[in-house]
Amino acid sequence: MNHWVIVPIVLPATMAAILVLSMRHHPTLERVFSVATCAVLVAVCTGLMALAASGTIDVYELGNWPAPFGIVLVLDRLSALMIVLTAVLALAVLLYAIGSGWDQRGRHFHALFQFQLMGIFGAFLTGDAFNLFVFFEVLLIASYGLMIHGGGRRRLRAGVQYVVYNLLGSTLFLFALGTLYAVTGTLNMADLAERISAIPADDSALLRVGAILLLLVFAIKAALLPLHFWLPETYAEAPAPVAALFAVMTKVGAYAILRMYTLVFGPELGATSDMIGPLIMGAALVTLAVGMVGILGARRLGRLAAFAAIGSMGTLLIGLSVFTHQSTVAALYYTIHSSLAGALLFLVVDLVREQRGTAGDLQEPAPPMAQQGLLAALFFGAAIAVAGMPPLSGFVGKLLVLDAVRETTHVWVIWSTILVTSLVAMLGFAQAGSVVFWKTAPEPEDTPVLEDAAAEAVTAPQPPVLPVVATFGLLFTVVALSVLAGPVTGYLEATADQLYAPEGYIMAVIGQR
Amino acid sequence: MPTMETAGSFLPIIAALPFLGALLPGLMIQAGRNTCTAFTLAPTVLALLLLLISAPAVMRGEVLLFRLDWLPALGLNVTFMLDGLGLLFAGLILGIGVLIILYARFYLSREDPMGQFFTYLLLFQGAMVGIVLSDNVLLLLIFWELTSLSSFLLIGYWKHLPEGRQGARMALVVTGLGGLSMIAGMLILGNVVGSYDLSVILTQKEAIQASPMYLPALILILGGAFTKSAQFPFHFWLPHAMAAPTPVSAYLHSATMVKAGLFLMARMWPVLAGTPEWFYLVATTGLVTMVIAAKIALYKDDLKALLAFSTVSHLGLITMLLGFGTKMAAVAAVFHIINHATFKAALFMTAGIVDHAAHARDIKRLGGLRRLMPVTFAIATVGALSMAGIPLLNGFLSKEMMLEEAAHTVWAHSHWVVPVLATLGAVFSVAYSFRYIVHVFLGPERTDYPSKPHDPEFGMWAAPGFLVVLVVAIGVAPVLAEPLVKATAASVTGGGLPDFHLKIWHGVTPALYMSAVAVAGGALLLAFHAPLMRLWLATPRPEAKTMFDAVTRAATLAGRGFTDSLHDGALSRYAGIFTVTVLGAGVFAWTGGASLPATRAPLPVALLPAVGWVLLMVATFALVAFHRNRLMALVLMGIVGLIVSLGFIYLSAPDLALTQISVEVVTIVLMLLALNFLPHRTPAESGPAKRFRDAVVSIAGGVAVAGLTYAILLRDFAAESISAFHLDKSYKGGGGTNVVNVILVDFRGFDTFGEIIVLGIAALVIFALTDAVLRGPGGRWLTSWDPVGDEAGDRHPLMMVVATRVMMPIALMVGVYIFLRGHNDPGGGFIAGLIVAIAFLMQYMASGFAWAESRQRVTYHVTIGFGVLIASLTGIGAWFAGRPFLTSDYGYITIPPLEKFEWATAMAFDTGVFLTVVGAVMLALNSLSSMARRTGETVNIFPMDINPARSDDDDDGEGEGEGGR
Repeated sequence: MNHWVIVPIVLPATMAAILVLSMRHHPTLERVFSVATCAVLVAVCTGLMALAASGTIDVYELGNWPAPFGIVLVLDRLSALMIVLTAVLALAVLLYAIGSGWDQRGRHFHALFQFQLMGIFGAFLTGDAFNLFVFFEVLLIASYGLMIHGGGRRRLRAGVQYVVYNLLGSTLFLFALGTLYAVTGTLNMADLAERISAIPADDSALLRVGAILLLLVFAIKAALLPLHFWLPETYAEAPAPVAALFAVMTKVGAYAILRMYTLVFGPELGATSDMIGPLIMGAALVTLAVGMVGILGARRLGRLAAFAAIGSMGTLLIGLSVFTHQSTVAALYYTIHSSLAGALLFLVVDLVREQRGTAGDLQEPAPPMAQQGLLAALFFGAAIAVAGMPPLSGFVGKLLVLDAVRETTHVWVIWSTILVTSLVAMLGFAQAGSVVFWKTAPEPEDTPVLEDAAAEAVTAPQPPVLPVVATFGLLFTVVALSVLAGPVTGYLEATADQLYAPEGYIMAVIGQR
Repeated sequence: MPTMETAGSFLPIIAALPFLGALLPGLMIQAGRNTCTAFTLAPTVLALLLLLISAPAVMRGEVLLFRLDWLPALGLNVTFMLDGLGLLFAGLILGIGVLIILYARFYLSREDPMGQFFTYLLLFQGAMVGIVLSDNVLLLLIFWELTSLSSFLLIGYWKHLPEGRQGARMALVVTGLGGLSMIAGMLILGNVVGSYDLSVILTQKEAIQASPMYLPALILILGGAFTKSAQFPFHFWLPHAMAAPTPVSAYLHSATMVKAGLFLMARMWPVLAGTPEWFYLVATTGLVTMVIAAKIALYKDDLKALLAFSTVSHLGLITMLLGFGTKMAAVAAVFHIINHATFKAALFMTAGIVDHAAHARDIKRLGGLRRLMPVTFAIATVGALSMAGIPLLNGFLSKEMMLEEAAHTVWAHSHWVVPVLATLGAVFSVAYSFRYIVHVFLGPERTDYPSKPHDPEFGMWAAPGFLVVLVVAIGVAPVLAEPLVKATAASVTGGGLPDFHLKIWHGVTPALYMSAVAVAGGALLLAFHAPLMRLWLATPRPEAKTMFDAVTRAATLAGRGFTDSLHDGALSRYAGIFTVTVLGAGVFAWTGGASLPATRAPLPVALLPAVGWVLLMVATFALVAFHRNRLMALVLMGIVGLIVSLGFIYLSAPDLALTQISVEVVTIVLMLLALNFLPHRTPAESGPAKRFRDAVVSIAGGVAVAGLTYAILLRDFAAESISAFHLDKSYKGGGGTNVVNVILVDFRGFDTFGEIIVLGIAALVIFALTDAVLRGPGGRWLTSWDPVGDEAGDRHPLMMVVATRVMMPIALMVGVYIFLRGHNDPGGGFIAGLIVAIAFLMQYMASGFAWAESRQRVTYHVTIGFGVLIASLTGIGAWFAGRPFLTSDYGYITIPPLEKFEWATAMAFDTGVFLTVVGAVMLALNSLSSMARRTGETVNIFPMDINPARSDDDDDGEGEGEGGR
C-alpha cells in the first residue's frame, strides 16, 4: 500500500485546515505555507508520475475496504499526468497571486486555494464514481469561493451564474449516478465497467440514459456547447490567478469523459459507442467555432481569454471524441497545452490590466504602459500559443489533432473548422494586440510635464517582479512542452495503451473474480 | 537516438544562428548603435560562412542532410537538407540580409528602437533560412508560419502609423490564411506518400499524381504559395506592407518573404508539376498577376508602391515560368529569382535613400534629382534598366529566357495568348521602370523639395552599390552565374537538365522581337503617361484595402453581435437551454436503446403515502403560485422538506429522515434571517411568453425525471448490489450495527471527509463573501438601508429567552446522545452537529447574536479548522498502523465502575464531522448577523429587552455596540 497516492488529497486538505485554524490573521505565514505545500505537491506528484510511468497501476483502498465495497484511489499514467499538470500550474498561479497581491484582496484565499487543489487532485485520482461526485462538489464550492474573491458587483453577479449553473450540473450528476447504480448496483468505476459489459443488448435503454446524463455532467465542466454558458462571465470576471487555475478545471471534465468512456463505456461497448463519440464531436466543433468567434468579437481582453478557453476545449474534445489510440494521444497533448497556455493568457491579461489603469482590459487605446515591450512580448507569446501558431505547443497540438482525425468520416468538416477558426483567432489576437500595445493614446493633457525619470515613475508604475517571473515560468513550460514533444507523446502513447486496455485497470482494482 | 550525417551537421547551426543571435541586438543596443549592428551582423555572417563552407559539396551535386528526432509519432522531425535550391535561397537570404543590416544601420533614425528592429529582423531571417533548409514539410510549415509572425512585427514596426498596424494585420491574415491551407495540403501529401520528409516525398511523383487527393493537395499547397508570393487575387497585402521601414521592404520583397512562395513551388516542382492542373493553375495565375500588377505599378506615384507592384508582377512572372512545367522554364525561373533579388533589393534601397534625402516618396513631388544625387541616380538607373530588361544587365537575360518560353507555350489550344500577354506585361514593366528613372531623376531640378536632396554617406549606398555591381557583372558575363543556376535548376527539376548555357546573344529569335516591342511600347506608354494617368484615375476600380477592411470589420462586428447575443447573461435562458439539452439527449439515448419488460410490479397505493403525495403536490403548486411572496415561499419549502423527511421514515430510513429534518430546520432558519435583507416580494420580471416557455420547459423536465424514476423503480439490479456486503460487514468490520452510519464514517468515510470539507468551505465562502459585500457598494447600501415594515416591539421576548435557556442543556444532551448512539442506531456526528447548532441558533435568536457570541470562547473558524483537522488526522493515524487512510479500528474497554463499552476510531472521525458542522452553521449565522449590524441594528447587552427583575434605570436593553465584539 503506497500512501503517497493519497498525499495530494490529504496534504492540501490538512494544510487548508491549519491555515484556517492558526494562520488566518498572518498573511506572511499563509503565503509561506501555501507555497511550501504547492512545492511539496509538485515533488510528490512528479514522484507519483515516475512511479506510474513504469506502467504499474497503484490502487489505494481507503479504510482498507476492498473494491468495489469501499472507495479506491487509482494512480495510472493518466491520473499521474493530470496531477502533475495541476501541481505545476498551481505553483505558478500561486506565486502570481502572491506577487500581484491578489491573495490579500479578500478573505481565506490560501485556504480556499488548497481546498480547491484537494478537489482537483481527488477528481483525478478517485476510482469511484460517487466519490468523483464528492470531489466535484469540493472543487465547485471552493472554486466559487475563489471566483468571488475580492468581490465587486460584476464578479458577484457572474459568481451567482457560475454557482447556480453548476448546481444544476451537480443535480444532474446525482440523477446520472442514481440511474447507473439502479442498473448495475455498484459505484466503483472498474466494477461498473465489468457489470456493464455483461448487460444484454436488449436491455440497454436505461444504461444509455445513465451514460448520456453522465456525459452531459462532464460536458458542463468541460464547457462543451450548449452547456458552456457558465464559463465566459466566470472566467472573465474571476481574479486572474483564479481564472488561470480554472484552466485546469475544464480539464477535469475532459479527463472524466476520457476516463469514463474508455473504462466504463468503452468504444467496444455496443450499447453506447454509437452515440457518445459523434455527440461529442458535433458539439466540440460548434464549441470551437463559438470560442474562436468569441475571441474575434471580444471587447475586453478578459473575455477574449475566456472565449479562448472555450475554443481550446473545442479542439481538445474534437481529438477526444474519436476515441482511438492516436486521437487520445493528440487530445492529451492538447490538454497539457491548453491548460498551460490558457493560464498563461489569463495572467498576461491581468498584467496588462493592472498596468493600464482606467482603460483596464478594454480593447481601446490607452497611454503607454511601463514595461510595454515586456508585456507585448508576453502577450505575443501567449497569443501564439493559444491561437496554435508555431513554434509553441499549440501548433504541435493542432497538428496532432488534425492528423488524428484523418480517418474519420467527416474529416473535411473537421479540418476546415479547425483551420478556419485558427484564422479567426489569429485575426482576433492581431486586432487586440495591435490596439492594446501599438495604438497608444496620448498622455492625458493635464499631466504636468516632469523630468523624464520622474514622469515615468508617476504615469507607469513598474509591475512587480514575482508575477512577471511566474508568467514567464508558464511561458517556459509551454516552450518546453513544444521542445519535448517527442518524450511527452511517448508517455502519452503509453497512457493511451493503458486506457485502451482497461483490463489492466479493472484487474488492479478488483482483482481476478 | 538522434542520427546525423556529419556532412550536414552545419545545417542546424545555420538555421539556429539567427534565432540565437536574435537575443543579442535587444541587449547590445545599450552599448550603442554600431555595436548593436555588429552583433546583428555577426550571426548572419557566421551563418553565411558556414553555408559557403558547405557550398562546394552542393555544387558537386551532393545533398547534405541532418536529422534529429523531435516528434516521431507525428512524423515531425528536425531534418534539414541542403541542395542547390536551398543553397541559392539560403545564400540570398543571408547575403542580402548582411547588406540590409548595413543599410538599416544608416537608415534608422535615433528615435527608432534599433535593438527591437534587429531582433525582429533576425527572427525573420531565421524563419526564412529554416524554410529553405527544411527537409521535413511539417518543420517547413513551422518556419513558414514563423515568417508570417515575424513579418507581422516588422511591418508593424512603426507602430504609431495606422498604415503600419493595418498593413501588418493584413499581411498576417492573408499569409496566415495561406499557411493554414498549406497545413491541410501538406497533411494530405504526407498521407499519400507515408512520410513528411521531402527527400522521400520528392521521389514519389507517380504515387502523388495518381492519387485522387492530388488536386485537393495541390490547391491547398498552392494556397500557401500564392498568398505568400502575393499572387492574384491575394496580391493586395504586399503594397500595404510597404508601410514598414524601407530596409524591411527591401528585404521582405526582394529576397525573402515573397520568395518563400516561389521557393515552395520550386521545391515541390518535381512531384507536383507537369500536370494540366498544375499548368492551368500556376501558369495562369502567374500570367494574370504579372500583367495586372505591372499595369497598376505604372500608375503608382509612391516610389515604394511602384516597386511593390513591380515586385508582384515579377513574382507572377516567375510563378508563370514554374507553371509552364518545362525544364528550361524552370531554369529561367531560377535565373530570374537571382536577378530579381539583386536589382529589386537595390531599387528598394534607392527608394529609401531618396525618401531619406528628399523626405518625399511621391513621384509627383520629385524629379530632377540626377545632379543632386548622382550616385543614387547611377545605382537606380542600373537597377531600373535591369528591371526593364535592357541588354548587358542581368534582367535582360532572364527576361529573354522567359519570353522564349512564353513564345512556344500553348494555352487552351491557343498559341498566341501567352506570348501576347507576356509581351504586354513586359511593355508595362519597361514603362514603369523607365518612369522610375525619368520622373524621379531626370527632368528639371525643382525648388520645392520638402528637404534638400543630397547623396547619402557611403554606408548607406554601399549595399545597393554592391548589388548593382552584381547586376552588371551577371549581365555582362552570365557565365558567372551559370554554375549556381545549374545546381539550383538541377534540384528544382530533379536532375536531367538539358545542356544549356547562359549567354547574351541567342541570335534573332522571337524573344528578341518581343523584347524590342516591349522596350518600344514601354517608352511610348511613358510618353503618354499623363493622359493615361487621368484615364486611370477616372476609371473606377476595386480597392482591395477597403474591401479587406470592410470584411474584417464586418466579421468582428458579426462575431461580437453573435457572441454577445448568445451569451446575454440571462440565467433563466441558460437554465432553459440546459434543461432542453438534457431532455433531448436523454430521450435520444432512451429511444436508441432497447428495454426488457419490468421485473417488479408496482405497489398498490396506500392511504398514508397518498396523503403525503397530495400534500407534496399542493405545496409544490402553491410554491409556484405564491413564489413572489418570499416568506410564504419559504414556509412552503419547509412543508416540502418535511414531507420528504416523512417519506424517508415511511421507507425505513430513519438516519436520512433525521438528517433531512435537521438540515431543513437549519436552512430555513438561516434563510429566514437572510430574507431580512431582501424585499418581501420578488418583482415580476418576465412577460407571459417567457413564463409560458419556462412552464413548458420545467414541466417537461419534471415529467422526464418522473419517467426516469419510474423506469428505475420497475427493475432490479443487473447484478447483486454492493449493499449486501455493507450489511454483512457492518458489525464485523466496522464495529457498528447502524449500517448507514458505518457507511458514512467507515466504508465510505472518504466521501464524508469530502462532504464536511464542502460544508466547511461553504461557511468560509459565506464569510468571505459577506466580507467582500460589506466592503463594497453592498456595504454602503446596507448602511443606508431602511428596513421596510414594522419591527417587532419586543425583539428579545422574555418567553423565548426563558424557553431556549431551558431547552439548551436538553438539546445539548440530545446532541451528545445522538452522537454517541450513532454507530449502532440512527444518529451520528453529522446529525448531532446540526442539533447542537440548532440549540445555539435558538440562543442567538432569543437574545441576539452579540449577546450569545460574547459568551462563547471559540471562534467558528477554529471550530471548522479543528473539525477538518481531526477528521484528517484520524485518517492519517491509520498510516502508523501500516493501514490506508481512514482505516478504522475498534475495541472494548472497561473503566470501572462502568460497564465495558466500545470505542472506535470512527468516533474520532465523527467528532471531526460534528465540529465542522457546528462551526459551519455558526459561521454562516455570524456572517448574516454582521450584515444586520451594518444596517444599523443595535446590539443588546442584556439577554432580553424587558426584564421585570431589572431596575428601571438600566431597562434600556440596547446599547451602541458595547455588548458586541
